[in-house]
Amino acid sequence: MPNQPTPSSLPHLPSDAPRLQLRGIGKVYPGVVANEGVDLAVQPGEIRAVLGENGAGKSTLMKIIYGVTRPSSGHLFWEGTEVHVENPAHARSLGIGMVFQHFSLFETLSVVENVALALPGAPALDALAQRITEVSERYGLPVDPRRRVHALSVGERQRVEIIRCLLQNPRLLIMDEPTSVLTPQAVRKLFATLRQLSAEGCSILYISHKLDEIQELCHTATVLRGGKVTGECIPAQETPQSMARMMIGKDLPHCVHGAARTDGELRLRLAGLSHASEDPFGTDLEDIHLDVRAGEIVGIAGVSGNGQQELLRAISGEEVLAEKFPVQICGVEAGRLKPAERRRLGLCFVPEERLGRGAVPGMSLADNALLTAARGQGMLAGGFVRFARARDFARQCIAAFNVKCGGPDAAAKSLSGGNLQKFIVGREILQAPRLLVCAQPTWGVDVGAATFIRQSLIDLRDRGCAVLVISEELDELFEICDRIAVIAQGRLSPTRPAGTTTLEDIGVWMSGMWPAADLEHQPPAGMPTEPADA
Amino acid sequence: MDASLFTSILFATVVAGTPLIIVALGLLVNEKAGVLNLGAEGMMAMGAVAAFAVTHHSASPWLGVLAGMGAGIAMALLFGVLTLTLMANQVASGLALAIFGVGLAAFVGKPYEAVALQAVPPIRIPFIADIPLIGEALYNQQALVYFSWALFWTLLWFLHRSRAGLVLRAVGESPASAHAIGYPVVRIRYLAVLFGGAMAGIGGAFLSVFYTPMWAEGMVAGRGWIALALVVFATWRPLRVMIGAYLFGGVMITQLFIQGSGLQIDFPSQLLSSLPYWATIVVLVAISRNAGTIRLNSPVSLGKPYRPES
Amino acid sequence: MLELEARAEPSRLMSWASPLLAVALTLAGGMVIFTALGKDPAEGFRIFFLNPVKDLYGVSELLLKATPLMLCAIGLAIGFRANVWNIGAEGQFMLGAVAATGVALSFDGTESALLLPAMVLAGALGGAAWAAIPALLRTRFNANEILVSLMLVYVAQLFVSWLVFGPWKDPDGFNFPQTRMFSDAALMPMMLEGTRLHFGFVLALAVLVAGYAFMNRSFAGFRMRVAGEAPDAARYAGFSAQRMVWIGLLLGGAAAGLAGMGEVAGPMGQLTDKVGSGYGFAAIIVAFVGRLNAFGILLASLLMALLYIGGEQAQQYLNLPSSISMVFQGMLLFFLLGSDVFIHYRLRLRRRAPQSD
Repeated sequence: MPNQPTPSSLPHLPSDAPRLQLRGIGKVYPGVVANEGVDLAVQPGEIRAVLGENGAGKSTLMKIIYGVTRPSSGHLFWEGTEVHVENPAHARSLGIGMVFQHFSLFETLSVVENVALALPGAPALDALAQRITEVSERYGLPVDPRRRVHALSVGERQRVEIIRCLLQNPRLLIMDEPTSVLTPQAVRKLFATLRQLSAEGCSILYISHKLDEIQELCHTATVLRGGKVTGECIPAQETPQSMARMMIGKDLPHCVHGAARTDGELRLRLAGLSHASEDPFGTDLEDIHLDVRAGEIVGIAGVSGNGQQELLRAISGEEVLAEKFPVQICGVEAGRLKPAERRRLGLCFVPEERLGRGAVPGMSLADNALLTAARGQGMLAGGFVRFARARDFARQCIAAFNVKCGGPDAAAKSLSGGNLQKFIVGREILQAPRLLVCAQPTWGVDVGAATFIRQSLIDLRDRGCAVLVISEELDELFEICDRIAVIAQGRLSPTRPAGTTTLEDIGVWMSGMWPAADLEHQPPAGMPTEPADA
Repeated sequence: MDASLFTSILFATVVAGTPLIIVALGLLVNEKAGVLNLGAEGMMAMGAVAAFAVTHHSASPWLGVLAGMGAGIAMALLFGVLTLTLMANQVASGLALAIFGVGLAAFVGKPYEAVALQAVPPIRIPFIADIPLIGEALYNQQALVYFSWALFWTLLWFLHRSRAGLVLRAVGESPASAHAIGYPVVRIRYLAVLFGGAMAGIGGAFLSVFYTPMWAEGMVAGRGWIALALVVFATWRPLRVMIGAYLFGGVMITQLFIQGSGLQIDFPSQLLSSLPYWATIVVLVAISRNAGTIRLNSPVSLGKPYRPES
Repeated sequence: MLELEARAEPSRLMSWASPLLAVALTLAGGMVIFTALGKDPAEGFRIFFLNPVKDLYGVSELLLKATPLMLCAIGLAIGFRANVWNIGAEGQFMLGAVAATGVALSFDGTESALLLPAMVLAGALGGAAWAAIPALLRTRFNANEILVSLMLVYVAQLFVSWLVFGPWKDPDGFNFPQTRMFSDAALMPMMLEGTRLHFGFVLALAVLVAGYAFMNRSFAGFRMRVAGEAPDAARYAGFSAQRMVWIGLLLGGAAAGLAGMGEVAGPMGQLTDKVGSGYGFAAIIVAFVGRLNAFGILLASLLMALLYIGGEQAQQYLNLPSSISMVFQGMLLFFLLGSDVFIHYRLRLRRRAPQSD
């Protein structure tokens, strides 16, 4: 990134012992070793990255520090004294605050109620609202204390989480993957806040797998792989490549990407799709236009909660529309069709949630093959299931997509996230779709599986399928997409060729500011440069 | 309608609504914590029989109410162990509790079937009981009627003004978040379940010791289920529970008055007796039509088991 | 301190052993109850559990009692698998009995061999029609089917009582709340000379087999299992939730109605206000104890029938209220729900502070 500020040097504070020190921390779950022999220390005012790919054991380690779970072995020292953190309240009383990746907020309660729940005693809500306003002004985290959380954007929710921590004057703040829900501009602001805290002497443990962010923000880094510490470094002195090698043991793999076709047959057309969300806390879709053609991958970026779920359900048929024309699949007006009927037109769909939506956790992979492939792949005979066919299909999918599992009879929930995702993507691709819609294809998946899945999508495109990818990972979209659009507050921006668009532009668009639709094919002249964070 | 008939109908309506209020408010707290206990009918039956037996032997209706409460708590504890400690399915466990409670009550209550209790005199509140038309009906009532009102006001304050109520709602909405910020989710849920059991037990005690007063197999007659329906009908709000309970009380009493009035109406008594059950269905349909209202108000984690990771 | 620890994989052994453990615990609980009531536990055990099956007649009575239980339970299990909670089988049972009785009384005196099949059909339709009410209200108005189907049990009971006290009362019945006895053509043929076991038992076995085929082999059954285990996955796959509510309730109602028909055309031979004897509720326990599968339900219905008859025997020989069988039935389900935890968890000892050593 241009003009990337380097981390300010570590403020020197007189202190004998590190603020927090872990020695030989281990955590064993039945059948899984999440952490083993982890040593880690963080000094006052230090921003230390805990770096590792999905499944490396970062989150478990942080939960141990915050008292959500207990370690199976090892010692934890707080300012030089050994402590057993009994529970989060104990951690907070020590001076440890944590901002969770999946927020621990209560949707139907107001901001001030949410904050009150995490504070000791029973603070008067009016006085607390006043304090929230003060803190939010001091650290540049604007939020209205009286609003209910379900009405807030994801970015605002994160601010509530941070304010909730700050009100307790923490001496150590744990941030778990905080930027996965933010626009690039909002990330800047967050970093400014974190630097301010660091300068005031607060230590920060910053969990991430994003190398550029760590280089920009963190003084030091501890790298985890497979639950163990594989190295320590000063990010400013490293390159992304060298840190990646520490993180995954080899160079970051890349996808092979050929040129896009632009003259393919129209496979998906959204013609003014408007739809009120079923979910009272959801986002309504507003006049969405989009074309996806055979032989191209179109990506939709956006901060989560801006209508992605609703858009996916409207395309897949999980939510049937009032009218036919707004969703056209392979030339057929499909707005009133049910999911199975849309599948018959050649639509396949990979949902965001793997367990419970894309797959039934307690059922075998063979049974899970039946879920979407039963009719198209001849697994039925007169209303009865041909289980042998389903097993064959599952076996084929396991082989073709390199799914590590105990065979077609293994329960879906026994697979790791990456392997289950490969199975689900494989199940959809093996049905030879004419249009594949894929939500968050690599969310929470390890680097190897992520690259494999991205490459599979590109190969599918090259075979002439139309692919629509909805993702919150901008890097991913830029890696695989031919064109990119942005969804914000239920509206969809015009698409732009990925090659001629910058991350910066897309970031601005993510806060809902893009040039009017009639300017689609002109350069974005009057585009605002100062982002208003939604 | 003459004034004395109005007063007696109002009086009887309040009496009929009281057990529903007590039980439904208990269930409301139970469900606000995210736990669905379908066993209300069984807890009420056990409360009724325990209260009756103890009142019969001790001649003290208040010891009886305590016993009823204890029986309700014991039944709720059984449910709590199954669903909160052993993570059994809440629907199945609740059904089991309903069937088991009704059966056990019938078994334990066999020797008391032909026994009668002395009626407990009402408590007259000076001055306001003299208000014409409504005074006699509202303020010359059984103590538990006043208890049901006190319970209502207390809950209103508890749920919306107290810290503990805030924590309870938080646990019901997202047990995982509540655990993450350090609340003992399972312990809070236990307390809520036991409170629900205690109220169901008192509701049962009211039926067998104050209302009828006698014990007969099947005397709860679906009131536990109606109370469960009331909580849905009230969309988890205490005031609506009160209104709903009195509406049901009114339906029950009106059909009894019609049957007993000797009015020459050509309608079979059995079909008239089924009115409260139809009313429950109609009200459920009316309130459930708008799926959004239910989803907005129902505790998000209702019926879903939660086990904190360790 | 003892604590539960999640197993990495559910234990296959425990999923079979858990019902056996539950039965053993119920027996133990029964012994405790007998002792507490001042009865000799060995004697109690003999009368409750062995007496009912000591001869062929006893066994035939056991099968007779098991018939309505297995019918109701297999119907319920289909719905339960899809999280369609029909708990009004008792009412559907009564309406099936009423419909069959209606046919029997309308064609009283006919010798036609078609009468019985017509009653079977009427029974199934009667039960299904009663179950259609909660299905309609759930699919159209989102009304909770647990509460609606349960309310309809009370309504059905009052309806039956009105019929037998009013329009259908036997004019020669000394004012008892019952209809006339059915004519021979309206009675189920007997299976065993000298017993009350009738062909309804064979019918129930056939329904059980059909239920197995539906749940374990058909695509419709697969869809219902998916809906029960992961509703979002069912929606994603495009399985209609409304259709599952209809299937679950209609099949459950039809099976319960069939059971009701079997009672009036079998051992009762008439409709009385005592027609619903709790089979519909007991069947909920049977369905769970039978693990919602056909073979399990067969075994569980026999066990529950034994508990019923054991209760009658206890009343006769031990001078205990027959409602003791409901206590046993409830205990059985509680113990099962409790033992099931060990399918997914194991017990282990944990030291309080793992770090210090």
